[in-house]
Amino acid sequence: MQVPETVDEVLDASGLQCPLPLAKTAKALNGLAAGNVLKVIATDEGSVLDFRSWAQGSGKCELLAQEISAGSDGKKRYIHYLKRT
Amino acid sequence: MTAGEIAAAPAQERIDQLERRVAELESRSPQGASNKATIVVLSGDMEKVMSAYIIATGAASMGMDVTLFFTFWGLGALKKQRSLKGKSLLQSMMTLMTPAGVRSLGTSKFNFGGLGPVMFGAMMRHSNVASLEEIAAVARDLGVREVACTMTMEVMGVSKDELLPSVEFGGVGLFVGEAADSKIQLYI
Repeated sequence: MQVPETVDEVLDASGLQCPLPLAKTAKALNGLAAGNVLKVIATDEGSVLDFRSWAQGSGKCELLAQEISAGSDGKKRYIHYLKRT
Repeated sequence: MTAGEIAAAPAQERIDQLERRVAELESRSPQGASNKATIVVLSGDMEKVMSAYIIATGAASMGMDVTLFFTFWGLGALKKQRSLKGKSLLQSMMTLMTPAGVRSLGTSKFNFGGLGPVMFGAMMRHSNVASLEEIAAVARDLGVREVACTMTMEVMGVSKDELLPSVEFGGVGLFVGEAADSKIQLYI
């Protein structure tokens, strides 16, 4: 899994708990054209495994990469890159 | 394209054809069910109704067609108000003693006469978890259907004008029809 060089849209789902990051991601993906990449930023640790299964099941997107970084508030950020298919 | 036709084609063409065939087969569900989820909500307990809406939201966000079928105590979650118009004495008592909407649902444990849900609400806000009301609104926004069971509405004296305007009405036929064609069937 490699982090894509270009991102078409960013969704900040920081602070949101299950199931809201998924619900917002679904909406954001609906607005994207095929091939476009959505970057989702979440603070929920569960989102890592969530997005793996969810992307597979949705049939609408491909999970390109996931990474973890430290936010400015000291909390971890779980970042997911999804390509609209 | 049949397996015999694929075998007769040149190598690259065969690979392309096989890939298309695999993709087509993969898109079919083994049970022949559609991409649907159907959930019975029998319970009127706050945390159970909440899990029903969370699962519904997750499934709808994955592109599934979701139907929530509310019956018995679950009907209280669909109420927008109470009304005693045209009800018998027992039905009126039932109406006054049961919750009228997601905000007044009790919890199955630690309810403490209604204090429990207030405590849960505060703890959920503290953890930044959306309220049941908010999650239900997100579910509706994603196209989740809410169906009220007309038979139990009759028994428990729930009138249509007490329920949210988005609610549909149905019976076991609707449930079994949807459930038979669903990949996920749950009973909460």
